[in-house]
Amino acid sequence: MSGHSYDAENYWKANLRLIFGSLIIWALVSYGFAILLRPMLAGIPVGGTDLGFWFAQQGSILVFMALIFFYAWRMNKIDEQFGVHEE
Amino acid sequence: MSQFAINLIFVGGSFLLYIAIAVWAKAGSTSDFYVAGGGVHPVTNGMAIGADWMSAASFISMAGLIAAGGYANSTFLMGWTGGYVLLAMLLAPYLRKFGKFTVPEFIGDRYYSPNARLIAVVCLIVASVTYVIGQMAGAGVAFSRFLEVEATNGLMIAAVVVFIYAVLGGMKGITYTQVAQYCVLIVAYTIPAVFISLQLTGNPIPMFGMFSTHAESGLPLLEKLNQVVTDLGFREYTADVDNKLNMVLFTLSLMIGTAGLPHVIIRFFTVPKVSDARWSGGWALVFIALLYLTAPAVASMARLNLMTTIYPEGTQSQPIEYEARPAWIATWEETGLITYEDKNNDGRIQLYNDTNADFADTAAQRGWEGNELSVNNDILVLANPEIANLPGWVIGLIAAGGLAAALSTAAGLLLAISSAVSHDLIKGRLNPNISDKGELLAARISMGVAIVVATWLGANPPGFAAQVVALAFGIAAASLFPALMMGIFSKRVNNIGASLGMLSGLLFTLIYIFVFKGWFFIPGTANFPDTAEYWVLGISPLSIGAIGALVNFAVAFGVSKVTAEPPVEIQELVESVRYPRGAGGAQDH
Repeated sequence: MSGHSYDAENYWKANLRLIFGSLIIWALVSYGFAILLRPMLAGIPVGGTDLGFWFAQQGSILVFMALIFFYAWRMNKIDEQFGVHEE
Repeated sequence: MSQFAINLIFVGGSFLLYIAIAVWAKAGSTSDFYVAGGGVHPVTNGMAIGADWMSAASFISMAGLIAAGGYANSTFLMGWTGGYVLLAMLLAPYLRKFGKFTVPEFIGDRYYSPNARLIAVVCLIVASVTYVIGQMAGAGVAFSRFLEVEATNGLMIAAVVVFIYAVLGGMKGITYTQVAQYCVLIVAYTIPAVFISLQLTGNPIPMFGMFSTHAESGLPLLEKLNQVVTDLGFREYTADVDNKLNMVLFTLSLMIGTAGLPHVIIRFFTVPKVSDARWSGGWALVFIALLYLTAPAVASMARLNLMTTIYPEGTQSQPIEYEARPAWIATWEETGLITYEDKNNDGRIQLYNDTNADFADTAAQRGWEGNELSVNNDILVLANPEIANLPGWVIGLIAAGGLAAALSTAAGLLLAISSAVSHDLIKGRLNPNISDKGELLAARISMGVAIVVATWLGANPPGFAAQVVALAFGIAAASLFPALMMGIFSKRVNNIGASLGMLSGLLFTLIYIFVFKGWFFIPGTANFPDTAEYWVLGISPLSIGAIGALVNFAVAFGVSKVTAEPPVEIQELVESVRYPRGAGGAQDH
């Protein structure tokens, strides 16, 4: 694929949208729940401590994993939709 | 059988395995040597990335850091895993599509500038060499503790083993030894953790045990731990931090730095397809998470275990007598990593926080005259099996695991260094007409030289070895990551913009680190004390990489805006890396 066909542009936009959405969740669980918003989540108890602590030490890692697999799965689908997948 | 013999069998056996793999996976071409021929399965690659990434710092030091810092040191957990999200979405698939051998090669081609490539080579070598010193030093410590050889001799043995499989097999040999090393290190890390979790909570899965009930007291484990540490004047284990800005920036620096470290990026060049590069990122994080989800459990349980060992009757009663200390304390005292000084001459071990002014009265009432036991963070994981009274073979396994973690990362770093020298400097600059065979020989020789230099530096660590985190991650975050990302996501950033961006990000970060840590880490040359009240806006030198990256982005965009647009063929190159179709095996053009 080269040049500026209409489809190529839409393919790239679809990728950017997916990345943007994923990175919002990425930032929300780590910088949000685990650090900045921790005081707000202090009322939610998790095994002897609070939800923010759980996100800082385990939850964010689990979400990161899910995000990468979701991105890989979704993106491989989008590749096929736009016909830019590898043979 | 003596513990020494058991350790020897485990370590010796694992080394024989690595060498056997190297003989089986010998590299026959530069493509084999640099990218393992480009035919590695994404799950295999994920496992190799796990071993490549998890260094002596992850295996040996991280749990100790979390045990000491509690919640505040969660930064390492999030920072060293969150970078994979950035890698898998922002860099890896496109760089795989680009299909060349090294990271500086992409920067040189995309910014049509040999100078940009040279800057990238310098950043790569400084970051990787700093990092490799820590690995070699870690291997030396593991040898001297478990095999009773001098640290320097241990280092030589490790160097010879790495030399055999890395020089012979290149990326191909390294890939399959890393898979074996991953298996060794994850088993070694998990088994003691499972036993300790069972002992303390009755739950065999450490990541769940950490959030369940402490069997002895009936309280939640973390609540019990908070109680014990606050009784001795320490901060609550789960206490929130005040300086959130610094915590955010430190985590961000570690994430961006992780995504920008060349030895991790080049592992993504070894898979056959762009879609495989995406899957690889996910699998890598799965294998990394197996350790990273266990580490915080190891940290909290080991901290509790240590406290209850010293205060067997509870924190309100007397601590144990020095003469009655468990055997593992005596063993580690010999290495100097645990030290005891009987400050109040009562023959007992007082372990408490003597820097807490609010606790001084309580300590005085109890007749304590200062903390008497200092425990180095690094021994926590290594001493874990002994603390939990596990059988001798588990100790042997830990020894082999620690060495596997150090050697697998060292090999990955050495490959990144040697390919930058042979491919980017020798072929790219000095002798472009070199034959494939000649380049392969050059790659092997530079690998050999890199191993000798790393071994020498590991045996005589310069003052900055302890500053690995600030330096390697700062450089990767402030110079390489932004240049790579802009190279893919912007068609407008040009040669001058990218070069000036990398230089300004790098200089900004280095200067901020040097001002607080000493110029070139020479003791006594720091301009300001390295404490929070002197840091600009409370930002520690460890956290500055994220700001350095911002500086890089800003300069690159600003300069590119007022200078000429990149030529059409470069804009087409950017287009082509964005679309997966047509990715052949990584190759040289």
